This record gives sequence, C-alpha cells and structure tokens, in this order.
Amino acid sequence: MFAEASTVAHEALSSGWFLEHAFLIPIIPAVAFALIIFFGKKLPMKGSELGVLSMIGSLVFAVGAALQWIHRVNGAGEGQFIDPVIRSWTWWNSGGFHFGIGQHIDGLSLTILVVVAFISSLVQIYSLEYLRGDRRYTHFFASLTLFSAGMLNMVVAENMIQLILGWEIMGLCSFMLIGHWWEEGANSRAALKAFFTTRTGDIGLLVGTSVLFFSANSWTQEHLGVSGFSIRGLSAWALTGNPGHAAITVGAVALFIACIGKSGQFPLHTWLPDAMAGPTPVSSLLHSSTMVVAGVFLVARLYPVFFKGMNILGSGVNLITVIGGITIVVAAALAFVQTDIKKVLAYSTVSQLGYMMMGLGAGAWMPAVFHIFTHAFFKACLFLAAGSISHSASHHSFEMKKDMGGLRKFMPITFTTWIISTLALCGVFPFAGFFSKDEIIDNVGHNGYTVFMVVGLVGAFMTAAYMTRATYLTFFGEPRGASAGESHDDHGDAHATHDTHDTHDAQAHHGPHESNLLITVPLMILATLALGAGLFNATPFGESWERMTKWVEPRSVVVADMAHASVGETRGVRTDDTVAPPMMMSSTPTATASGEETPVGGEALTTASESSAHAESVCGTSAPEMGTCYAPQLHHAPFKWPKAAMSVVIVLLGMLISWLISVQMYTKKAGFFVGLTSRNKLLALGYGFLVNKYYLDHLYEKVIVHGIAHPIAKAAYWVNQNILDGIINGVGLVTRRVAGWVYRNVDQRVVDGAVNGSGAVARGTGNALRPVQSGKVSQYGALLFAAAAVAGLVLIIVNT
Amino acid sequence: MLVNQFLILAAVLFCIGVYGVIARRNAVMVLMSIELILNSVNINFLAFALRNGSIDGHVFALYIIAIAAAEVGVGLALVLLVYRNRKSIALDELSEMKG
Amino acid sequence: MVAQNIAFGIIAAIMVVGALRVVTVNNVVHAALWLVLVLAGAAAQYILLTAEFVAVTQVLVYIGAVMVLFLFGTMLTRAQLGREKKLNNSTWYLGIPTSLLLLGVMILALTSSFGNEKLPTDSEIVSTQAISDQIFGPYLLPFWALSFVLLVAVIGAIVLARKD
Repeated sequence: MFAEASTVAHEALSSGWFLEHAFLIPIIPAVAFALIIFFGKKLPMKGSELGVLSMIGSLVFAVGAALQWIHRVNGAGEGQFIDPVIRSWTWWNSGGFHFGIGQHIDGLSLTILVVVAFISSLVQIYSLEYLRGDRRYTHFFASLTLFSAGMLNMVVAENMIQLILGWEIMGLCSFMLIGHWWEEGANSRAALKAFFTTRTGDIGLLVGTSVLFFSANSWTQEHLGVSGFSIRGLSAWALTGNPGHAAITVGAVALFIACIGKSGQFPLHTWLPDAMAGPTPVSSLLHSSTMVVAGVFLVARLYPVFFKGMNILGSGVNLITVIGGITIVVAAALAFVQTDIKKVLAYSTVSQLGYMMMGLGAGAWMPAVFHIFTHAFFKACLFLAAGSISHSASHHSFEMKKDMGGLRKFMPITFTTWIISTLALCGVFPFAGFFSKDEIIDNVGHNGYTVFMVVGLVGAFMTAAYMTRATYLTFFGEPRGASAGESHDDHGDAHATHDTHDTHDAQAHHGPHESNLLITVPLMILATLALGAGLFNATPFGESWERMTKWVEPRSVVVADMAHASVGETRGVRTDDTVAPPMMMSSTPTATASGEETPVGGEALTTASESSAHAESVCGTSAPEMGTCYAPQLHHAPFKWPKAAMSVVIVLLGMLISWLISVQMYTKKAGFFVGLTSRNKLLALGYGFLVNKYYLDHLYEKVIVHGIAHPIAKAAYWVNQNILDGIINGVGLVTRRVAGWVYRNVDQRVVDGAVNGSGAVARGTGNALRPVQSGKVSQYGALLFAAAAVAGLVLIIVNT
Repeated sequence: MLVNQFLILAAVLFCIGVYGVIARRNAVMVLMSIELILNSVNINFLAFALRNGSIDGHVFALYIIAIAAAEVGVGLALVLLVYRNRKSIALDELSEMKG
Repeated sequence: MVAQNIAFGIIAAIMVVGALRVVTVNNVVHAALWLVLVLAGAAAQYILLTAEFVAVTQVLVYIGAVMVLFLFGTMLTRAQLGREKKLNNSTWYLGIPTSLLLLGVMILALTSSFGNEKLPTDSEIVSTQAISDQIFGPYLLPFWALSFVLLVAVIGAIVLARKD
C-alpha cells in the first residue's frame, strides 16, 4: 500500500537524515498519544512523561532537520532555487484518484516545526506542575500530545488532504482542551462555541481545496506529475499555469475564510477570548502561540495561490489586508475593557494575528512569518506568567481588578519574565517583537499600503497602552482580593471544582508566593527568547544579520521545468544588485544557454538602490515562458532608523500615557477618571459597545439565528400550508393579507409603519399558519419529491 | 434493445417506490418501497455500464446491494424499537415534529 | 435480439404489476411476496444487461436474506397477517400527483437525451474476475468504507433491537 511514489530531492543540494525523515516529527507524538491513552494511567507519572518525552523527541528531530536545512541553504549557490525536501507516498486511492501523504519541508515548515515542538515541550513541562492532581491528568496530556501531532502533521503536510487532516485534529483537540473542566457550564459552552465557529470557517477550507483541485489537477499532472492537492503543485500552478481568474479567486477566498475562523480574524474572532476557559497551558500553547497561527501558516504556505487569487501587490487593497487591519484595531480596542488578564492576552493575540495577516496581505511575507516565530515565544511566556500568577498568588483567579495587584514583590521571576515579554509584545527595541512587528509595518508602508501602515502604528500604540494597563493592574499598586490573602469562595475559575486541589489551595491562603521551578524555568527560557529571538532576523544591523530571510524565504526564481530537465539540477537565474553586470553574465551562461528567460537588467537596477537582498524575477507578475515559479517576487523595505525610532516613540508614548492614566485611575482614584464612563454619555456608549464586544455575539445569536433561520422556517410553513390547503384558500388568504397590509401600513401608518408593519405581518403569518404544520413524515416526503421533480424540470428547461 | 427501455422501466419502478413511501402508513411497507427505489437505481447503473462498456457500474450496483442490506437491518431494528415503545408502527402517529 | 426484447417486455410487465401490488395490497405478507417477484424480475433484467454476478448477488442477498428479514420484521411487530384496513396514510392521495410528476419529468429527460439509442449487442458477459479486480483495485477504499458501514449496521441493529 505504501509504495514510495517519488522522492524529489536534489542531488546538488546537501541533504541529511533528519531532513529526509522529517515526516517522523509528527509520528512521534502520534504514537505517544496512543500509548498515553492505552497505558497512561498505569505509568508512574500517569502518562505525562510520555507526552514530555515525545515532544522533546520531536524537538530534537526538528532542530536536526533545521540545522541540515541551514547547511543545505548555505551550500547552495547564489540565486539557486532551494528545493524543498518533498517525499510522498500514496495514502489511499479511489477510482483512479491517488491521495498522497508525505512531507514538504522547507524553511517555512521548519520554522513552525521548531516553534511548535519547542513551545509544546515547555508547556508540557509547565503542565506537570500546573495540573498536578487534576482528575483528568492523563487525558489532558493525551489531548495535548495529540494536538502537537496534528499541528506538526499540518506543518509537514505535502498536500492539502494531509493538511486538512492535521487542521481538523487541532480543532478537535482545541475543543477537548477548552472543555477540559467541563463540569463548569461556561467551559463546555466556550468549547462548543470555539468548535462551531472554527467549523464555520472550515467549510471554506473544504470548498477551497476542492475548487483548487479541480482547477489545477490537469495542469499539475501534466507539468509536474503531482496531483492538484499537492502544495508544490498548487504553488507552481498559481504562478506558472495561467490559472483562470475566477477559479483561483474563489479558491483563495474560500481558503481565507477558513483562516479567518482558525486564526480568529475579525468577523469570527469571538471564539478566541472565550476559549480562555481552558487551562492556562492550553491557552498558552493552542490559543496564542501555535494553533491559532495555523490560518496564518496556511496563507504563508500557499502564498502563491493567495498572491494571485487576492491580487496582492496589485492595484487597490485586498481582502487579507483589510481583514488583518480591521482585526488589529478592533481587537486592541477590546483589550482595554477586559478585567480578566487572560482575556487581555487573548485580544492581544487576535490583534497580533491581525498584524501577521496584514503583513501577508501586503506582500510582507518574511516579516509576517518572522512575527509568527517571535510572537510564539513572548505570547506563550505571557500566558504562562498569567498562569503562574493564578496558580501561586491569586487563588486561581484571573480577575486583575479584584484579585491582583502589587505582585512584583512576591513573584520576582514571574514579574521579570512578564515585563520582558510585554516589552517584546509592544515592540520596544531590542526585544524580539520590535524586529518582527516593525518590519511588518515598515514593509506594509513600503509596498504602498500607507493606510494600513497607519493602522499598524495605531495598533502598536494601543498594544503598548493596554499592556501597560494590564501590567499595572497586575503587578503594581496594592494587593487586592485573593492576592492580598483574602479567600473567597465564588471565584470563577473551574479549578475550584478539583477536590484534589484542596491541599494546594490551603497553601495559597498563606498569600502570594513565587511558583516552583517547573513553572519558572519554562518562563525564564521563553523570556530569554522573547529578549533574543529578534536577533535571528535583525534587519537593522545589516544584511548579514538577516539569517531568517536567507534560510526561510523561498527564492523567487524561475526553475527549469522538472519534466523537461534531464538532470535533476534546477537552475535559477537572478540578477543581484551586489553583482556587477559583467560578472552576472559570466556566472549564468548555462542558464541562458538553456533558454530560460533572464530578467531584464533594468528591473534589477530599480531595486539596486533599495539594497534589496532579493533579485528581480518575473514570478508573480507574469507566467514564465520556460520553467516554473514557486514563489512570487517580493520586495523588502530598506531599514531606516528614523522610521523605527518613530514607531518606538509611539510605543513609548502609549506606555507613558497608559501608565499615567492607570496610576490616576486605579491607585489615586482621581475624581476625573473614576466613573468617567458612567458620567459621560458618549464614553459610556463606547464602553458599552466594547464591553459587549461590538454586539457581534448578539448579531450571531439574535439576528442571524433568530432573524434568518426563523423566517425560513416560517416561510416553509407558509409554503406547506398553501400546498395542502389548496390554492383558492391560499389566494384568498394572501389577497386579504396583502389588502390588510396595504390598508394598515400605506393608509394608516405611512410614517412608522415600515418597521412595525413588516414585523407584524411576519409574526401574524407565522402564527396563522403554524397549526397546519402536521409533523407527518409522509407529507414532508411528498414535498421533498415534488420539489425534486420541479427542480429537475427547471434543469431540463434551462438546459434545452 | 434500447437504452431507454431499461431506463424508463427504472423510472417507473422509482416512481412506484416514491408513491409507496408517501402513501404507506406501515413502517415495514415504507422500507419495502425504499427497496423498490434502490433496485431501480441498480437497473440504471447496470444499463449505463453496458452502454459505456465500463465495469464501474457493476461495482456500484454491488455496493448498493450491500448498503441496502445494512439499511434494512438497521431500519427493521428501528421499527422494532418503535413498536416496543409505542405498540404500533404506524408512521402517522409519529408526529413529534409537529410545529 | 427479438427474443431479448420479448423477454424484457414480459419481465418488465411482471415487475411493474408486482411493484404496483407491493404498494397497493392491504396485506403486509402479500406485499412482501410481491416484492420477491419484483426483485427476481430485476435479477432477470440484470442478466439481460450482461451482469451475471450482480444478478446472482441480487438473488442471494435480496431474495435470500432481505426478504427473510422483512418477514421477521412483520412477525415481530405482530402486524396482522391477514388483510388490514389502515395500511395507508390519510393523505395517501398526495403520492399520486407527486410520483406522476416525477415520472413525467424523468421520461421527458430520458427521451430527450437518449431517444432511440441502442445498447451494444456484441458485449460479453462481465466476468466476476473483472469485477473483483475493480473492487480490490481502484475501488478498495469504498470497499473498506462499506465494510465499516456493515459493521456499524450490525452493531447498531443489535443495540437498537435488544431488550434491556
């Protein structure tokens, strides 16, 4: 069954065992999951040791593969296309269609693999202490391990089917982990909400995959010998195969809807803050650093498809940028009114995901991917710090206003790591967030999306302000509530339902204290990375520091068509502005001899002034005549200190203003600020708007469910009634109702009748017709078949 | 032999089956009518298999027979359950969906 | 050729009459026996369509197993074995226009698209080996899915029907 179909490895490029066997990375936790489920409860540490060991194993494999990839890139020639290491086997076939499974390893997947394996390892270690004594301890670790297997599988996926497999495993594990303490009604509701909201988006994933498959399959089979599900095939098809405009646009939009759901983008972001009902390690791993970036990852993975489908870098704005931009501001505004520390972080996550999406939408691929990388570290650290506070200081409460304050003296390590991560999140030089976020804003502006650059700066200002507010409420001022040693029984966390936690709770009554090493060591490791991860791609320090760009970004070169090239070597052509024109000519004679299209030197000259690390290729703008493109041509904004200084100043300003207001409001209780929202009508309106989350939940539940589903049901009653009761009755009824409606509304209530009248008619019709709804299956069956017959008739008429 | 003579025979059987599903009150009779529908589909599959010279139609006809067996098994189990709970298998008494 | 057409005509007439009886008689056991006639007729039509293996399966599974199930179902639910007055719904008449409409649409579609197209006459009987090559080759996955469906159906039927 599992015959090896193809090994697209490169002879000229170096490879290695880890790189060739990267498909093992998701298999390790998958096996561990099965072992935990079946044998976990009998093991000395109740299965948690298997989870931790499997994650460390995955991490070792991922790091090994990453090092070999770096070696591969370093050994490659300038301007050579770095082939991803692709292996594929037939997973199953049906009626001639072969569905593959395998690995597609390149810089992007290795980045995410390392991040996921690393954060998973730390979070599992942290959970050893955080969930000690939990009643579903083994199942928690099993779900966490299965989640990691799903995510890693999605990242290594060679084709869309495998990607969907991982995507859905993640969705399931997210549901299980959010509802881990399902005894509390709110938790299981939050789990269901998360599940259904992401499922709504997932319809787009299935539709988009199908649309792309049927559009691309024949091209990819002919030119590359791979199916239309293959990620490599889809990328090449989007850039090279002259895809139909409608097909690729529909496919890209459908896929993006899935990304909106999974990555908590604007209209479907409401599930993410509710998902904080899960245990804090879950929030840290799934709902901030890894799972929610799956949507961003999908856009980055199939970037050529989105590039073409959404017309990125084309004229005008595109959907991805708009959604990302809206999300940044909308979520950041919501973070101001939260009193729950985890909800602040949740909205902050949504906002940061907006940055990534906006970056991708505006052609800033590398900064967005780099932001995934850095954001994972500092956001995981922030969540784990919040968990540490609730675990050791605030008696399992996350309420900042009620149960925190003044904790910096009691929890020095948590405080320090929190501050470092906050500074990284806000984007203060030289913390990690500065390098990635500033790059996104810079590149968005550079690519001509000035409005969205402003949005990004506003978002940075707001981020700084709400994080300062949260920091102030948590660590400064006087201890309040639980952290002051008071115990109260009605705290909201479901921890309280653990009988086994009583011994621990007894400790907490002695007042806040620092957490133990299993919690602080992961915090310190993450904080170190929050401080230093930016150096992996430190654009300000010159090109030699842009290591991630070199290792991760796919080179946009025209690759000789694999089907026609007799040797396995791929040759790319690119002109580099650092290379003088005569040298360029001498360095690429073989390529020009093979008839590839050499980019015009004049185009290269335009980028020379920008000191771009990239060469100019036709990829993305037009299909190459010979060969294949796998990545669109993108430009990097040149780094300028004044711009960076401006954004840092904006951030510092945000912190300062927020700090001053916080001191006035929460400590000095200055008369002007306290109760301001209840005194000023305009502010009260805005506050209510934010507290109710823009009434989006109301919109979904009240307006969409009640407003659309119910009228449809009523319309169905109406149809039913008229068919059953005969046409004469129906005509009479309708005539009378129309006459009555005209009389009442046009004659009597011309002014205010429009709203009231239509509502009354809908209600009246529904009530009048309800008794006729029989509930008899046979009548429904008759309607069904009659409708099918009528539909068939319509089809015949249309087609002839 | 015409293609249509088989297809129209199948259509007639299908419509008789539809009538049975709608008209019958006894749940077992409804299941029998569904068997009629499934058989008409099988005749279609085999007629097209002969017309197109392909074997796929035979494969799916076999699958349909297997599925029909499973459907009858579960369907009759459901009918038994309904009978045990209500002492009747009249479908028009099962009107809990009434609006 | 003529012989085949005559055979088709006779069998088709029996099937239509049998099917009509299935949906009109007032006796569950009689309906089941009429259904046997229709299913046997269908098996005969399969042989005319060169589908020998499917025809044999039809006889074994449908007439052998499914009909026995139906008779058991009839007995276990203690339906009246004789004539029964109320075998039809109160709204049974709805079925007539619906099925006639459906039939009209289908015949319209069939005559307009296939007209007088003839079936190939020189085709050989499809061998069982060819079918098994298809099933265990490209259609292996549906076969697996089918085995799961059967397993689930067996378990489900046991769970539903057993007495607690």
